[in-house]
Amino acid sequence: MDNFVVGVVVFPGSNCDRDVSWALEGCLDIRTKYLWHESSDLSDVDAIVLPGGFSYGDYLRCGAIARFSPLINALDEFVTSGKRVLGICNGFQILTESGFLPGVLTANKNLNFICDDVELDIVSSKGGWFNNEDEKKTIKLPIAHGEGRYHCDSDTLKKLVDNELIALRYKNNPNGSAFDIAGITNEKGNVLGLMPHPERACDEAIGGTDGLFTLKSLILK
Amino acid sequence: MDQFAVKVFVRLRPSVLDPAGEATKSASIKLGAEGIKSLRIGKMIEVKIEGNGENEVREKIDLLCDRLFANTIIEDYEYSLEKL
Repeated sequence: MDNFVVGVVVFPGSNCDRDVSWALEGCLDIRTKYLWHESSDLSDVDAIVLPGGFSYGDYLRCGAIARFSPLINALDEFVTSGKRVLGICNGFQILTESGFLPGVLTANKNLNFICDDVELDIVSSKGGWFNNEDEKKTIKLPIAHGEGRYHCDSDTLKKLVDNELIALRYKNNPNGSAFDIAGITNEKGNVLGLMPHPERACDEAIGGTDGLFTLKSLILK
Repeated sequence: MDQFAVKVFVRLRPSVLDPAGEATKSASIKLGAEGIKSLRIGKMIEVKIEGNGENEVREKIDLLCDRLFANTIIEDYEYSLEKL
């Protein structure tokens, strides 16, 4: 993985960009490069992470303004080429607003900003983002969001279920998400969006390592 | 070029839960207001815009509403338009 570089996108208001970079570089020895949102040159990165935070202050709707950045415009070709894109929390919101993933993330049912560790069932390993080949089908990851309630119409939900696009479901739904959805992939499997933060679960010293597998899978071809 | 003042209203679709509206309804009842059956919160966006006539301006506003102001998965929009 010496030559493999993961681009970590920085929007005004991103606040998990350094955490993602720390987890990839420090825990997994994967090189990273920060990509300013105004850049549209993705030629020297092999995968991309849209990190958590509050891009553009969450104005209008979470992710709604970030969608129009030059970098997100350039993402279409990157995704079509089959390269991998991981959207975490605000990154997931940006991926839905920009149409790379279906549905939308809106205010938590109880209106609380929820910071907690949650148990998640791995539903599908499409794209190889999660390890459900051995007995470990439940993982624990931290969440930290005010607007993580996944919503979609019934046709979209049926499509998600039928095509095995639901990656993760909450064991105890904290935010009112439809069908307990915590993370989904696109049909090809190379784009994953999830509300939990794998980069905050990459070292026993900070409470767990269940996030390592997902970050490591960025280097899959 | 004509100038128009546009008021765009963005509302959560009736089928979508509005937790902020529910919380405000609860506070309204605590304030002592009686008879509130439903309370839902939306957004109002005011735009001043130039264009060659109302039709052209409507096209621009439709695009803005559909692509930016509202997420039509969960929100509906409508607008009023006044020539200045």
